[in-house]
Amino acid sequence: MPKMTAFHSRLEPLNETKIWKNWSGFLVAPQYKYSLTNEYYAIRSSVSLLDTSPLFKYRISGPDSVRLLERIMSRDINRCKVGGAQYTVWSDEKGFVIQDGVILRTSEFEFYLTAGEPTLRYFKSIAREMQLDEVTVDDISEAYGILALQGPHAHNVISQITNDATDLKYFEVVSTQMGETEVIISRTGYTGDLGYEIWVPQINAIDLWDSLMNAGEGYNIAPIGTTALKMARVEAGLLLMGVDFESSRFAWVDAQRETAIELGWSWMFRDLEKDGRDFIGRSAIEIELKNKTSRWKTVGLEIDWHSYEAVHLEAGILPPKSDLYRETTMSIYRRSETPWEYAGYATSFLFSSLLRKPIAIAKLPLDLAIDGTEVDLELSVIRKPVNVLAKVTSLPFFKPKRKTAPMGGGK
Amino acid sequence: MSNSKNYDAIVIGGGHNGLVNAAYLAKAGLKTLVLERRHLVGGAAITEELVPGFKFTTFSYAISLMRPDIVQDLCLADHGMLVLPLVNTFQPGFNGDYLLLGADADANFHEMARHSREDAESIRDLSHLIDRVCFALKPLMDNIPPNALSDDPAELAAMAGLKDYMAGLEPDVRAMIDKFVNCSAAEILEEYFESDLVKALIASSGIIGSKVGPRSKGSGLVWLFHKMGEYDGVLGEWGFHKGGNGGFTEVLAKAVVAFGGTILTDADVDTVIYKDSVATGVRLASGEEYFAPTVVSALDPRRTFTQLVSADDLPDSLIEAIGKYKFQGTAAKVNFALSDLPSFPGLENRKDIFMGFTNLGPSIDYLEEAFADCEAGRYSRKPFLDCCVQSTVDPDMTPPGKHIMSCFVMYAPYHLSESDWDTERENLGDVVQATIEEFFPGFGSLILHREIVTPLDIERIVGLTEGNIFAGELFADQMFLNRPAPGWNQYRTPISGYYQCGSGTHPGGCVIGGPGKLAAKQILGDLKTQAE
Repeated sequence: MPKMTAFHSRLEPLNETKIWKNWSGFLVAPQYKYSLTNEYYAIRSSVSLLDTSPLFKYRISGPDSVRLLERIMSRDINRCKVGGAQYTVWSDEKGFVIQDGVILRTSEFEFYLTAGEPTLRYFKSIAREMQLDEVTVDDISEAYGILALQGPHAHNVISQITNDATDLKYFEVVSTQMGETEVIISRTGYTGDLGYEIWVPQINAIDLWDSLMNAGEGYNIAPIGTTALKMARVEAGLLLMGVDFESSRFAWVDAQRETAIELGWSWMFRDLEKDGRDFIGRSAIEIELKNKTSRWKTVGLEIDWHSYEAVHLEAGILPPKSDLYRETTMSIYRRSETPWEYAGYATSFLFSSLLRKPIAIAKLPLDLAIDGTEVDLELSVIRKPVNVLAKVTSLPFFKPKRKTAPMGGGK
Repeated sequence: MSNSKNYDAIVIGGGHNGLVNAAYLAKAGLKTLVLERRHLVGGAAITEELVPGFKFTTFSYAISLMRPDIVQDLCLADHGMLVLPLVNTFQPGFNGDYLLLGADADANFHEMARHSREDAESIRDLSHLIDRVCFALKPLMDNIPPNALSDDPAELAAMAGLKDYMAGLEPDVRAMIDKFVNCSAAEILEEYFESDLVKALIASSGIIGSKVGPRSKGSGLVWLFHKMGEYDGVLGEWGFHKGGNGGFTEVLAKAVVAFGGTILTDADVDTVIYKDSVATGVRLASGEEYFAPTVVSALDPRRTFTQLVSADDLPDSLIEAIGKYKFQGTAAKVNFALSDLPSFPGLENRKDIFMGFTNLGPSIDYLEEAFADCEAGRYSRKPFLDCCVQSTVDPDMTPPGKHIMSCFVMYAPYHLSESDWDTERENLGDVVQATIEEFFPGFGSLILHREIVTPLDIERIVGLTEGNIFAGELFADQMFLNRPAPGWNQYRTPISGYYQCGSGTHPGGCVIGGPGKLAAKQILGDLKTQAE
């Protein structure tokens, strides 16, 4: 039997579709309304509320916690200040990514981490290997629920309940109270929009849900499912494990694996030479950086509207746009004399209603992964493979000022 | 008329490997005859209607390792092969505790996390590693192994190739293979798990049909062997054949006939006829003779080398190796016809918990104590049981609403130190029944019929020496290069034209078909060479 998150009793009557799917063994709604695009616009135009409780959650605490995270995380944990958050990855010895996640630093020696797959035993095994006695890794997955409040009016909603979120800059964290409830609020999210993520003890979950929904009523707050979230994250250029990359832990061969650099996260290693951390995968990452041995680079693709329209009109149909989000691999070809010369692949494809064009997240060899390069993306038009023109662009596709803008001053 | 006794190939024994072998030979155009001692084919893979309407899988009861290429080559789906997936694995613990694992990885995570969150994570790493090990060993399973004693250049090259192949495997895969060969199941499991219930569930795969406890060296390899199968590409998964495993051997028999082969039942082969180390046919106990230049024994190694032919005509080294080859059956079956499903306290009215293996053996210590009895020459007072209520998956096994329960029992040593099996048969049944009663109170009142199969019965009825279900222990020194004997692991025998294809040859026991297929490959290759 699938489990239910702490918010389920509130979510269940809201799900008009009555369709549920399984996320890490929990029931979640892929969408609440029949129109995905409608739901998506809660994120971009008003404010959305999403239950992300199925994520695995860990608390890493104790004087040795920093040493443990210095060893595990590919990105330097020391660059995450107290009251800060960090998007980070952990890699294997060969530099292949095991997982990504967001880590919150609530005090000098206390961290909260979300992860898509379980990692308790792995972290503990590294602590044992390092003989670190003064670190505790707690699996608090079922002790806390998490809500993501995302959208242009996110601050207008949260500020009705607490003032402590107002001063948060992008990727900052505060432990505070909302009503009677102890919460951890971070100014983070998976939508690329203004937003907050709120950790709440299970027993207070419903209270938090109700207070946010009440506060959001005047802003048309809407519960959103995972599909609208995934549409938004494509625009934000955020990768999804299992779609845009596989965990190295469960891959069979290196062809299924990718390094942090191949996934576009080389910025995590900008000051690598300045830190002496002996983190797992460091030497492989150094060699990759030095010798430029990356097999791929992860890029954005903007599909040329005219080309997209033309291949459909030629086939006698209108180009599909509405509710169009795909996670199936699509092949990319070099534009050259030789037709169908395989070059790479797209992993996530979206017709962005906001940007008025189809976009995709893709992997290309380094020589093609340059802004403005033209490639062919293979579509299926009336069951036939057809190429459309696409242009390489850097991620993200969409980066509103409000995402990082200060919220305090103007109010 | 005399021509009707002349064949191109005669297969002795209509067990599943004999049938697979015969089907391949017939498919290749050989006029092939299968001779089966009993009134029905199938060997240990038979289904019998012992009580009207109730179909018993008397011996073998589940399927996984059947090589997928055989299914294709012999068109078994066309002949009715139908393996039903198992829904759940149920492992009751002490005091109402249990593990109920199914097809969904996330649901299984949470079910295991009730016992240990670390174990729930660990099983994913271990399963993935074992999948990679099985993938790495697949070519070894599916090909004729090299001959380690031969100085033939081709064999020397094959041995060198094997060494290179193993050396070329990824280090973690190689290390894990070494562990399976050199460690006990319990030792490996200690590294990965803390919950005893989880460990016991997995460890039970390491003792099936073998005279090892979970802490004995050797249980690692038995465990690995049982993971080498698949269900529809999901490695290590098992299924029930429609109509029981006898349903499967009926499919094989149809394939043999469809390819033009002939099957004779009630045909007890007494001896292979050979002269100057060349086989020419067989003589039945009735005195009747059949002739063929190729004679294949699907019987176990002891019968193949010391009963069907005279040991005096074979090299001493081979006879010595066969003498040392361990059978030492340790398993029994107790099969029940039931008026209703058993009931597990706390999970009453849950039919689904029985739709797969129900594993009674709640801790490593429990299994180890069961083994201690075996070591002392007696059957386990608290046995490990692998129970299958096949009627929950296949309604055609029983009248509607009634059930059949096949219980595989460990340990039941062939040699009892202070009694004999004809005396102990019913007592074993009582012990098994009492064990089930402990986990499923009220079980006794559901029993309509009880059928007890001791290791002695397995030997008497099926003809497997000492009742070993694999036709010889799955120990490292009896596998691959050494199955059944070093130098004689390529299905040939010292008698020209006389071959072996039973589970006592590579890759080994279970309803696997590999021995039958690979023997056919060797035979057909030899015939081609002779023709040239």
